Amino acid sequence: MNLMKYKKIFFLISAFFLIPGLISLVFFGLRPSIDFKGGSLLEIKFIEEEKTQDYQETILKDDLEEIFSIDTVQETGQDSLILRGQEITNEEKEIVLDLIREKFGELELLRFESVGPILGQELLKKTITAIFLVAAVIVIYIWQQFHDLKYGVSAVLAMFHDSLILLGIFSLLGHFKGVEVDVLFVTAILTTLSFSIHDTVVVYNRIRELKKKHRHLSLTEIANAAVWKTLGRSINDSITIIIMLLSLVLLGGESVRYFSLALLIGAITGTYSSSFIAVPILLVWEELANRKS
Amino acid sequence: MNKKSNTKSLLWLLILTVIAGYIAFPKRLTIDTNFFSKKIQFEINKQAIDFYFWGKHIYKDFELKKGLDIQGGMQVVLRAKMDEIALEDRETALESAREIISRRVDLYGISEPTIQAARLEDDYRLIVELPGVEDPQQALELVGRTAELEFRLERELSEEELAEATQSANFLDLYFVSTGLTGQQLKKAQLQFDQQTAKPQIILEFNDEGRDLFAEITKNNIDKILAIFIDAYPVVTPSISSAILDGRAVMTGDFTVEEAKNLAIQLNAGALPVNIEVLEQKNIGASLGDESVQKSINAGLIGLSLVILFMILYYGWLGVISSIALLIYAILTIALYKIIGVVLTLPGIAGLILTIGMAVDANILIFERMKEEQRAGRSYAESMELGFGRAWDTVKDANLASIVSALVLINPLNFSFLNTSGLIKGFGVTFLLGSLLSMFTGVTVTRILVRQLVPIIKAKEFKS
Repeated sequence: MNLMKYKKIFFLISAFFLIPGLISLVFFGLRPSIDFKGGSLLEIKFIEEEKTQDYQETILKDDLEEIFSIDTVQETGQDSLILRGQEITNEEKEIVLDLIREKFGELELLRFESVGPILGQELLKKTITAIFLVAAVIVIYIWQQFHDLKYGVSAVLAMFHDSLILLGIFSLLGHFKGVEVDVLFVTAILTTLSFSIHDTVVVYNRIRELKKKHRHLSLTEIANAAVWKTLGRSINDSITIIIMLLSLVLLGGESVRYFSLALLIGAITGTYSSSFIAVPILLVWEELANRKS
Repeated sequence: MNKKSNTKSLLWLLILTVIAGYIAFPKRLTIDTNFFSKKIQFEINKQAIDFYFWGKHIYKDFELKKGLDIQGGMQVVLRAKMDEIALEDRETALESAREIISRRVDLYGISEPTIQAARLEDDYRLIVELPGVEDPQQALELVGRTAELEFRLERELSEEELAEATQSANFLDLYFVSTGLTGQQLKKAQLQFDQQTAKPQIILEFNDEGRDLFAEITKNNIDKILAIFIDAYPVVTPSISSAILDGRAVMTGDFTVEEAKNLAIQLNAGALPVNIEVLEQKNIGASLGDESVQKSINAGLIGLSLVILFMILYYGWLGVISSIALLIYAILTIALYKIIGVVLTLPGIAGLILTIGMAVDANILIFERMKEEQRAGRSYAESMELGFGRAWDTVKDANLASIVSALVLINPLNFSFLNTSGLIKGFGVTFLLGSLLSMFTGVTVTRILVRQLVPIIKAKEFKS
């Protein structure tokens, strides 16, 4: 079967996953954590259970308003909460804790983070630099390996496709579920860049190998054979990665849950895009080039 | 490769795995389970390596280092306010501040703190990590205070006072009296080498007010000790050899270059006092990490079992072999973490778990290739060697991208335009080691095992 005949369908499938996320990115954007925008975070755990039942978000917010203006209150477990709001100092934090204690009984402070606005801006810059640095190194490497800029650029386009899907999904998650984008999300994006390239290199390597062997075949035929021959490996390899990440998402610790989810999404799109985006882009490019000449 | 040399490789692999297994093994393993309604309970203890070799003490307990997010503690990013400090002195001032904070933290008794100086354009920063700190308020005061330098003069004590001084905890305060000369009047301290003896010495430069005061003190107190205190603690106790009137003192002594350099840094901390402001602080309670670690490790073990199950179901005997290679991978990885002292963070554990999923990639690549070659009519042995040979190039190219990403995450050269966060580095390091090691276990180790074991399995299959 000639898979590459269905190029358009593959692009449509991608569009189906890309467009809602892109719309969400444009209208809602991402929900930045205090790593990016600055502010304070308090994670507390109530010790006296019976009292915590009747905590209410509005009461909590109103009570603390004068000293700590809270943006969100998130329940992280049966009796623990994460409060996020504007930046407060250590002294102010103690007052806040005392106020909560008065109302809801004894509690334990699990985590306190406070980030100034400067560092948030910087993190954004560093993230963008890192992504472009990785992309540039990869384009150059693949270009050198395959002696053709087309390969490098197509691989990177497929890579950005994966990143955009990931960003889009997290934009939707942020809007509807309040999921924040933090410094670990950045790490996940950079890691999924390498997932994406990993599989793409495998297919491209096979195309190169087949091209040497069968000089009379067209690129489409060769690409089709290469995709077929590497598909088994690609799927099986993804299955093992997905098994590991899925167990981490479902069973792992709370603090790395969304990090693992981001990696999982990246692993899936990375596998898909290598065979069904990176190769078709290469073919479309070739067609356009042939038409011109 | 002939059969004999492969057996040799297998032997080496076995030795390597056993050594790594010993290192990877936890220091204390308590087993306490019910097995067929029988209670099983015992404890295995591992001895640390602790011996003397040619008079050198060699000690390694091979324990995993836990990051701040696991063992709890505090991370603070401080900004040094440099407005009042001349441009050329700023680097020195930052280094001095770092030195001072690290001494205070040591005195306070925090084990394994890290204090890193970082510069970003016009911003001078210190990133302080204090594991196990429970009172962030106190810790902040500790690191945030500006250093105070003071020159104090020795004084004669009466018999009574002497008796009292030796009893008293703050006998230093009795023994040395303030002179009014402080870091404010000290312009800077500099390391130089004596032109004749080439010995290191320290030049102290005073401002006008300091020059007059210093002249006064030195004129009247020749042969007495004029100690320099920082944070109420004496760092150096030179004696006055002659009156110095020009505000330029030379301090000599039996310093090594290293000592003199350190001293200059400390003195500058008093001479160039830097006000410090908190940009970011993160406090993590220990209980938060413990729970997450346990959950993540369980998730990893379940994932590992499922991957092994999948490989065996799909690839049969080859799957068994790659599962052995995968276990060797896990053992080698943990041993390597312990040997090079990787600081394990929660994202790092996630990285380890992820790379277990990726480690079989090379195997799958090779096995699929072998199947393909067999379908093309080649013999088993032939397709095996072809599978390994052809797959290597692909494995290498494909892993390169992972290695590049990992290096950007780790930022080993500490470029200021890239990340410097410990969490990201923690993930990057495990990801990098995973990519490198999985190439070794996925290709080399698997090949040794396949060459050795497949003929045996095949022979058995023919018999039955």
